[in-house]
Amino acid sequence: MKIEKVKQPKLPTSARLLLYPSVIALFIIGIFPLLFAVWVSTRQYQLSKAYEPKTFLGLDNYITVLTSPEFWVALRITFTFLIIALPLQLIMGTLIAVYIYNLKSPSLSSLLRVILVLPIAVTPTITGLLGRLIFNSEFGIINYFLSFIGIQPVQWLADQRAAFIAIIILDTWQWTPFAALVLIASLMVIPPQVLEAGKLDAGTGFNLFRYMQFPFLLPGFTALLILRTADILKMYDTVYAFSKGGPGVATELVSLYINRIGFGKTFDIGLGSAQAILLLIICIGLSRAYIKIFYREIQV
Amino acid sequence: MKINLRSSRKRSKLKVWEIIVGGGIATTIVFPIYWMIITGLRPQTETFSPTPKLIPTITLDHYKEVLEEGTVLQGLWNSIVVATSSTVLALILGVPAAYVLARWEFKRKSDLWFWIISNRFISPIVVVLPFFLIAINLQLVDTYWVMIIIYQTFAIPFVVWLSVDQFRAIPKEIDEAAAVDGASIIKTFLKIDLPLVFPSLSVSAVLIFVACWNELLFAQILTRSEAITGPVVALGYMSGYDIRWGPMMATSTLVVLPIILFTAALSRNLVRGLAMGAIK
Repeated sequence: MKIEKVKQPKLPTSARLLLYPSVIALFIIGIFPLLFAVWVSTRQYQLSKAYEPKTFLGLDNYITVLTSPEFWVALRITFTFLIIALPLQLIMGTLIAVYIYNLKSPSLSSLLRVILVLPIAVTPTITGLLGRLIFNSEFGIINYFLSFIGIQPVQWLADQRAAFIAIIILDTWQWTPFAALVLIASLMVIPPQVLEAGKLDAGTGFNLFRYMQFPFLLPGFTALLILRTADILKMYDTVYAFSKGGPGVATELVSLYINRIGFGKTFDIGLGSAQAILLLIICIGLSRAYIKIFYREIQV
Repeated sequence: MKINLRSSRKRSKLKVWEIIVGGGIATTIVFPIYWMIITGLRPQTETFSPTPKLIPTITLDHYKEVLEEGTVLQGLWNSIVVATSSTVLALILGVPAAYVLARWEFKRKSDLWFWIISNRFISPIVVVLPFFLIAINLQLVDTYWVMIIIYQTFAIPFVVWLSVDQFRAIPKEIDEAAAVDGASIIKTFLKIDLPLVFPSLSVSAVLIFVACWNELLFAQILTRSEAITGPVVALGYMSGYDIRWGPMMATSTLVVLPIILFTAALSRNLVRGLAMGAIK
């Protein structure tokens, strides 16, 4: 992403022919529906009342969203999820990465690296369904294992806190291996001579990690932080399949909440659109901040 | 400080703790997948057993049931069609754009680049609300078309992001030499740069295919029966009080297993792609 400050001549026509199709396509499918959403968000627009006039409401939908606690609850649940799941996955990912990197057995380390790829490919919807099976309170294998250490059967889908913990476990199962793989790739970049020299200076063990390996991990952390934050803010599939946001609204992340308003009983697309636009503003703000803070540091 | 001892000694044998940790990691990852597969293969009564049996009694009844019903096969077929078409279209549109972004400087390029990558942050629920209304008006709900089009909203940015990196890896001098020889920009792209990135494009193709294959929200809202995809079919087993775990897990296995094997085979190259060139 190096941008030269030198003034550039205009793009030649043939280069534009290569560039424009995708830009135009993205514009039509990205920007146009968005403008439509803005229009809808200012209307009384409920599909369940299709024959009623779609009266102009101005900013009423937005006021409804911002003053009703539900939207904020959904945001709070989403950010709580982010704040717990992301550090957990990064820390466990780092430990696994360092462990595999230091393995002296090439066959075990390459076997583990193939195994780490598996959860990434699992359809998140299926992860949620699988969660329902293994977290089942009557015959689920998790409760069975927990009984060995004397824990009474947990009502994973009926207890609010347990359900929230369960979706964190599911997401962590699926994405910690990804974090580990990215971090292993970062460690692989360290030239062996540098590492040997580092061993002389920093010694081994934790110091070696702190002063020699950790700096190489930073770009990996940054990438993971950005990608996983984006994914968690968008998260829908796993949780929908696992709990549909329940019990109550305990696991209702913001995407699930907007989906319920827009496509649920009331089909209130006007209100849903207002929520979606507000979510978009939050996402854009966050991505700007992230990319500004982190990408500059990497590129320099 | 055990680590200390280890690295100062001879570097050879695995330590016991290393084997235990490795086994623990492998089991934690593989076990749920194994459990999915065997729940699809065992009689339902065994699934309900309060003391789970690790080794199942194998029956193909659930698979028979699932395949006879037809919706599952239809869903898988739709997934194949939609994911393949979406991938091809995204590559056709995105790769040339990535080439220009990698090779040329122009006004507002950084804004364009930022817009493309910020698409990654946009929640699908934001996209699908207006799309749904438009699709109803154009009578596109439950067609392949609407799915292929809406998948471009994430597939094109993904291709561009991946491919810019791949084109940058090719030395600029090659292009310059071609220009000296009088080759046009489009010809240089088609004849010289495109063949060079071809191997890495297959990685992009797999990643996009998997992303389309796994997608749920768009498919759930924009399909009904004709264009219904694999994940939506699997989710269908959740309705009602008596969940049919066997058929549900058999269907899940059919949805997941092909791509698991696919990605495992290409694992090495995929990780780099997934990290989106953040690590160099």
